[in-house]
Amino acid sequence: MNKDPQPPQWATAFLRWYCRPRLLEDLEGDLYEYFIRNVRRKGLRYARLVYWLDVIKFLRPYTIRKIEPLTFLTQFMMIGSYFKTSRRNLVRNKLFSFINVVGLAVSMSVGLLVIAIVNDLLSYDDFHEKKDRIYRVITHHQNDGQTPMDLASTSVRTAQRLAGDVPGVENFTMLRNGFSGDAKVGQNTFPLEATWADRSFFKVFTFPLVAGDPATALQQPYSLVLTEKTAKRLFGSTQVLGKTVRFDTLDYQITGVARDIQTLSHIHFDALLSFASWDATIGKKQDELYNWDNVWSNYTYITLAKNGSTAGVQRALSQISSEENKALVRKKVTLSLQPLKDIALGRKLSNNMGPRMEPTTLWILAGLAFVIILSACFNYTNLSVARSLRRSREVGVRKIIGARRSHVLGQFMTEAVLISFLALVFSFGLYLVLRREFLALDPHIPEIFKLNLSVRSVLSFIALAIITGLVAGFLPAVFFSKINALSAMKDASGLRIFRHIGLRRVLIVAQYTLSLVFIATTLAGYSQYKGFLNFDLGFTTENILNIKLNGADAAALKKELSEIPEVSKISQSSMVTSLGSMYGFDVKYRPNASTPGDSALVWVNTVDENYLPIHQHKLISGSNFTLRPEKGKESELIVNQQVLKRFNIGGRDPQKALGHVLKVDGQDLTIIGVMKDFHYGTVENKIEPVMFRYSQSEPWGYLNLKIASTDLASTMTKIESAWKRFDKIHPLKANFYNDQIEDAYSRFSMMIKVIGFLAFLAICIASLGLFGMVVFTTETKLKEISIRKVLGASEPGLVYLLCRGFITLLAVAALIALPATYLLFDKVLLTGFAYHQPISIPEMLGGALIVMLLALVMIGSQTARAARSNPAKVLKSE
Amino acid sequence: MKGTNLGEFEELVLLTIAALAAEAYSVAICDELERYTGRSAKLGVVHAVLNRLEEKGLAKSHLGDASATRGGKRKRFYEVTHAGKVALMRAKELREAIWRNIPGFNLEGSI
Repeated sequence: MNKDPQPPQWATAFLRWYCRPRLLEDLEGDLYEYFIRNVRRKGLRYARLVYWLDVIKFLRPYTIRKIEPLTFLTQFMMIGSYFKTSRRNLVRNKLFSFINVVGLAVSMSVGLLVIAIVNDLLSYDDFHEKKDRIYRVITHHQNDGQTPMDLASTSVRTAQRLAGDVPGVENFTMLRNGFSGDAKVGQNTFPLEATWADRSFFKVFTFPLVAGDPATALQQPYSLVLTEKTAKRLFGSTQVLGKTVRFDTLDYQITGVARDIQTLSHIHFDALLSFASWDATIGKKQDELYNWDNVWSNYTYITLAKNGSTAGVQRALSQISSEENKALVRKKVTLSLQPLKDIALGRKLSNNMGPRMEPTTLWILAGLAFVIILSACFNYTNLSVARSLRRSREVGVRKIIGARRSHVLGQFMTEAVLISFLALVFSFGLYLVLRREFLALDPHIPEIFKLNLSVRSVLSFIALAIITGLVAGFLPAVFFSKINALSAMKDASGLRIFRHIGLRRVLIVAQYTLSLVFIATTLAGYSQYKGFLNFDLGFTTENILNIKLNGADAAALKKELSEIPEVSKISQSSMVTSLGSMYGFDVKYRPNASTPGDSALVWVNTVDENYLPIHQHKLISGSNFTLRPEKGKESELIVNQQVLKRFNIGGRDPQKALGHVLKVDGQDLTIIGVMKDFHYGTVENKIEPVMFRYSQSEPWGYLNLKIASTDLASTMTKIESAWKRFDKIHPLKANFYNDQIEDAYSRFSMMIKVIGFLAFLAICIASLGLFGMVVFTTETKLKEISIRKVLGASEPGLVYLLCRGFITLLAVAALIALPATYLLFDKVLLTGFAYHQPISIPEMLGGALIVMLLALVMIGSQTARAARSNPAKVLKSE
Repeated sequence: MKGTNLGEFEELVLLTIAALAAEAYSVAICDELERYTGRSAKLGVVHAVLNRLEEKGLAKSHLGDASATRGGKRKRFYEVTHAGKVALMRAKELREAIWRNIPGFNLEGSI
């Protein structure tokens, strides 16, 4: 090689690729001869350059290889044969087929679920006739000195401006959420939530009416459109056109009945009120709701004219924005368009309506599914290559009879695709189970997803099977197609089947690393989750039942409830802390009259005098609320230590802080107590300044009941009947504090379930693969074992010999996986939490140990069987 | 039939093949042509012509034995077919017939 100068390899490869086989050999020789001459005359570099140029110059019609239809034709004709041999191979190697089909089926079922989810998200709002022309007007809200906000909502003013004939807009409509009232129908009363919508609602959206005229249904004030479901709830029938429903003192006439709304719609309503009713009731009283910068509760949608362009409308919107912004001080509101189809899978907007999934979440899900499928593909690759000894003869015969490389490649690809299709059938069955489980995972999920089959999803399923097959079969196919026919026939043992052992090792390590990462993540994550639930919040949540008041006066209910003997104490609060919701006020503190003072946002809960004792908040100094003032006349305040720290009150000394005055919401409130810091938000938030204000009555808040009972069920029925006596219309909404906390962290439990399930799958697949590898390796080494045995090797020694390699691989996998998981938690997952448990190493190690034990049992049992085999029987057959 | 007549360069190549007898393969033909004409004969051109001659049935080829000098690649040797010989003869006769009809052609005088 070094002796003779060689022409550039790439050029030769190129020549071989394009040149007709008949012309190739002598042409290559000719070029080589010239190359040698040039080397002698002008040097290597020049020669190589000329060689390249010559190769390119020979690219002429008469030298270029003709496309050989025959090769394709034979591929096509051979497909039948491929199927036949594939089938035979599947049946002959039952273990191999079983491992592969099961592994692929299990992993692909996850893939199918992800496809179904994506398919659902892509089908959102597909039922609107004008779906491609509907756009939502969204708002960019910028206050000077604050982070800007992007909102899905707009102002009423926007719609008023759109009415002034914007070119390119065919139609527009406006919605407003938030109507909630008690509907009186005859003698009965029902709580009802509704949405206001203006008259062109049904022109923009396709929500078919079973009764009523869509053009006029929402035109008049006090018009009401019910869905069939609501109509049945209120009247017991859907024949309700023209009837009236009374809210407080106002009669609303039913002008339409809409068909129930499909799941895959981002707009959901039980009833629609005409926007004119909003104008006549709420809007009339509050002029500021029509302001340009009141962008919080309205949603505006437009349909683009058939010949209109988004650019044109956008220009008009920018024009409107800049005109209206002139009236604003230190604030800017700009409008833009968002296509209807982008809503379910689009970017994050505040005040969003309907479900929305972050594309990143979807990518992570798809990535996890991909990793699992890839792991099953590794099994196929590994086992196929391991079995190559058996199949190399077949390939040899095929090649001698005249199969080209491409034919062998095609054959093995076909086989892999066939297996993956077989797996698809099973995985579809698994998918149906998985789908049911997924929909039951959380009560909200069925409201968001249907996961029904559609043409698109079925085609995607098939595409997934094909791609999986091709990925799984690629490496074995390449490996087999490279087998030299002669050496395969001459001496099978001459085939270097262990040549690809490196690749196989890498694949096994990859699989096990993956499994270990999954299991360690699950267990460590679970211990974190348990940690969140049992976190010391700084107060007690034990046996506290929170009842949501529904605008009712609490005093009467309190009296009713206090008669139940198991209820030991009752307090009131405007909210339940530590669940994630937060309410705050700007608080101003002036140490003395001469200083300008300092103001900051302080989180608030409004409570009564029983709240602190029931929740066992620790007072460091001062006392509980002593006065019992009416609403709006309060003067006392209890703060936490962070407030002292933030404002530096009394040199941060709790004793000295008593008696200082804070200005809250226009009132001067005196600090009468300092309590120990507690977790007002979730553990994701840092502890911040919090204050408790006093209030006797919080009609929209909660009652906190301390329950001392051994029989919770009967206590609950007593509470329920007390509630029924008190409020006949609204159902009781009562939850134990601990359950609410669990609920607040439910997304983590959901995530852990998902990851845990994936861990289970990954371990199953990796174990199957390892099992197959052990079986095939021991089988090929059976003779070696027998000879060793004859020569006097002990059984434990043989088991050790066979296991050694695999155990090393597992150890390597563990060495990669455990630190990786630790870093994943330390650097990524737990960075979002201000407070968390230390990462539990024992749990991670425990998980790894279980997986290792499982693997060791498998390896051990198989190798022990091989080691016990009778050498006489094995060696006799030679 | 299209392609039976012989172009000038084709004629030269065919003649060279005949002249080289058993040693007529592409590189040798190029060298020989260079020697006769004094102009450089590119392999690309000669190769194409050889291919065409073979297509027309005026020359035929076979692969020789492998030799180490060409990177183990065999040479393709060409020989003139019967049709090739006929074509060469005809071309020669045609020229001579015309030559014969030129009255008193005097090379020295014309220059």
